[in-house]
Amino acid sequence: MRIALFVTCLADTMFPEAAKATVRLLERLGHEVVFPQDQTCCGQMHINTGYPDDALRLVRRHVRAFAPYDVVVAPSGSCVGSVRHQHAMVARGAGDERLASRAEEVARRTYELSELLVDVLGVTDVGAFYTHRVTYQPTCHSLRMIRVGDKPLRLLRQVRGLDLVELPQAEQCCGFGGTFAVKNADTSTAMLADKMRHVLSTRADVCTAGDASCLMHIGGGLSRLRVGVRTVHLAEILASTEPTGDPAERARTGGVTA
Amino acid sequence: MSEIFLGMPATAPRGVGNLRGDEPFPVAARRSLADAQLRRNLGHATATIRAKSAAVIDEVPDWQELREAGRAIKTDVMARLPELLAQLEVAVTAAGGTVHWAADAVEANRIVTDLVRATGSDRVMKVKSMATQEIGLNEALEAAGIEAVETDLAELIVQLGRDKPSHILVPAIHRNRAEIREIFLREMPGVDPALTDEPAILAAAARRHLRRTFLSTRVAVSGANFAVAETGTLAVVESEGNGRMCLTLPDTLITVMGIEKLVPTWADLEVFLQLLPRASTGERMNPYTSMWTGVTPGDGPQEFHLVLLDNGRSAVLADEVGRQALHCIRCSACLNVCPVYERTGGHAYGSVYPGPIGAVLSPQLTGVEDNASLPYASSLCGACFDACPVMIDIPSILVHLRAQHTAAYRSDHRLPSAEAVTMAAAAYTMDHRPLYEAAQRAARASRFVGRRGGGLPPPLSGWTIGRDLPQPPPQTFREWWAQR
Repeated sequence: MRIALFVTCLADTMFPEAAKATVRLLERLGHEVVFPQDQTCCGQMHINTGYPDDALRLVRRHVRAFAPYDVVVAPSGSCVGSVRHQHAMVARGAGDERLASRAEEVARRTYELSELLVDVLGVTDVGAFYTHRVTYQPTCHSLRMIRVGDKPLRLLRQVRGLDLVELPQAEQCCGFGGTFAVKNADTSTAMLADKMRHVLSTRADVCTAGDASCLMHIGGGLSRLRVGVRTVHLAEILASTEPTGDPAERARTGGVTA
Repeated sequence: MSEIFLGMPATAPRGVGNLRGDEPFPVAARRSLADAQLRRNLGHATATIRAKSAAVIDEVPDWQELREAGRAIKTDVMARLPELLAQLEVAVTAAGGTVHWAADAVEANRIVTDLVRATGSDRVMKVKSMATQEIGLNEALEAAGIEAVETDLAELIVQLGRDKPSHILVPAIHRNRAEIREIFLREMPGVDPALTDEPAILAAAARRHLRRTFLSTRVAVSGANFAVAETGTLAVVESEGNGRMCLTLPDTLITVMGIEKLVPTWADLEVFLQLLPRASTGERMNPYTSMWTGVTPGDGPQEFHLVLLDNGRSAVLADEVGRQALHCIRCSACLNVCPVYERTGGHAYGSVYPGPIGAVLSPQLTGVEDNASLPYASSLCGACFDACPVMIDIPSILVHLRAQHTAAYRSDHRLPSAEAVTMAAAAYTMDHRPLYEAAQRAARASRFVGRRGGGLPPPLSGWTIGRDLPQPPPQTFREWWAQR
């Protein structure tokens, strides 16, 4: 299948390993990945901070960039949520009905990674190998906005070598919320502290999720505490394979070094 | 009734009532977050209600259909509110009640004060009511020399403690039983000095204290959970029986009700009386449901006044996206599941309507600029939308109100805000690929501020109070892709 990668501006700029892993994983499963070069940002930050007029040009750009593709995947529940639930609304708010219906078209063909794997490609065992104790944070927009349900967990359960531990009060927000984390930094930090307490209680050495943004938040907090627990995007775990003789490969899977 | 367009409906007036706080949410929240006792009280109480409510909701096989029905009925009510209100007035009047129309808090307070004065009483007893808290009725009555006694246990705790409510359903949620015991010992006349902090003992002390009020007060003021347009019936649901006392014992009953509390027919109550207790207190059925229709000779209050309160509701109704906030049945489920509310408590919101519903209702009632920080008091996690028994899409309204705020700021100021300039520049950059790619390269320069990001200016410094900055990678994804 030919799949267009909607990389998201955050993964493109700050967390390219999650995006590279998405490419490697899909190619390993026998699919062709293309990268529409004109994509930049979906505009979610603008919409959620109260600037839909500024977001309009980004919605238009996103729709133009992805209109030619039958299947679009993003390693982010939040950005897929914005495409599905906000793009047409922003277009309609600006009185552009044509853009709204084109945005709806693109949204119908846009999937979060675990949705693409389980619902479209019909796989739960992606042949991954990852020898770590891992806990999964469902992330609010994956859980409640696009409702990926237990798909990420079904994928993780099939990963060989992986010790999956349940995260207490997993459904509670980590406190990121985009500009919320700076506008209401104190409240956000209080939420993060509780999330980290639960992550640490699992004694996992890796906290994973389907959103680089939430992981940036949780990871930034864990790093500050120097507790030695990492955040790793779901795509990176699913892309990991049994170590070969190649030392670079071993490093990536955590088979040898963490 | 002829209809004349009089311009946009007014918002709730300033200087009266309790819809506006003294400081922005982040400032007030900062103080609450530092109060360890408050955090414990709230964390414990919200977790308990959440679990209780989830358990009884799980028992209902058609819960989602009930939510849909609740939403549909309320949508219908809002679509024909003027007609239904007129129908209610006719029905209440026919049953011997008197209907008063109050455009805002000032008018409502004046109407109620005059009605109490006319009875000659200098004291009223009150059933817990959000509408009267909203308009500041107790303060208005006090100014007129009339004592208002709250009879709901939690409201009584708040009143005796000269405190403010912090939750819609359990206004003293921020207090634990040790604190309540102290308040009773300090403020309750004739209380047993050997009072312990056992819940049953505390409740018994309040009971004894209130009993005198119930038996000697001739006027009661209540709110209403529902009003049936078809029959003119008012309904109050409660748990303690204090409401039943207030609604049946006095000579005069005055009910202050927001105009959105209507349901069209008696049968519609079936839906809400299933939704409300399970979402609210986590009970299958609330212990007391009192209903009355006008006046019944020889039984209960012989004089009944219904004050219909607008106070900004028509302005909310005029907003296509925001009007669903009027569907709220004040169950407070959204407060109990909100990760922000759970940590800051209700006082941080400034308004009597705290939590997610307050963050969408208060700014609409007052005009968004009078509560401009509230739409941002949410991480948009969506837990409130899932918990709402009438399916109010709170996250979408929050986003909508944020846009209203930035638009209002734009039209009120000659220069755009720093945030607006940044946002516009970011959108422009991201809409031009070469600029976007240049910005990505520039992001690498942030390596120089270091992982802990100590040198960042506000508001970005908010990030680094508790989190390290991610280290920018040596290569962006698109650079990697281009080299493949």
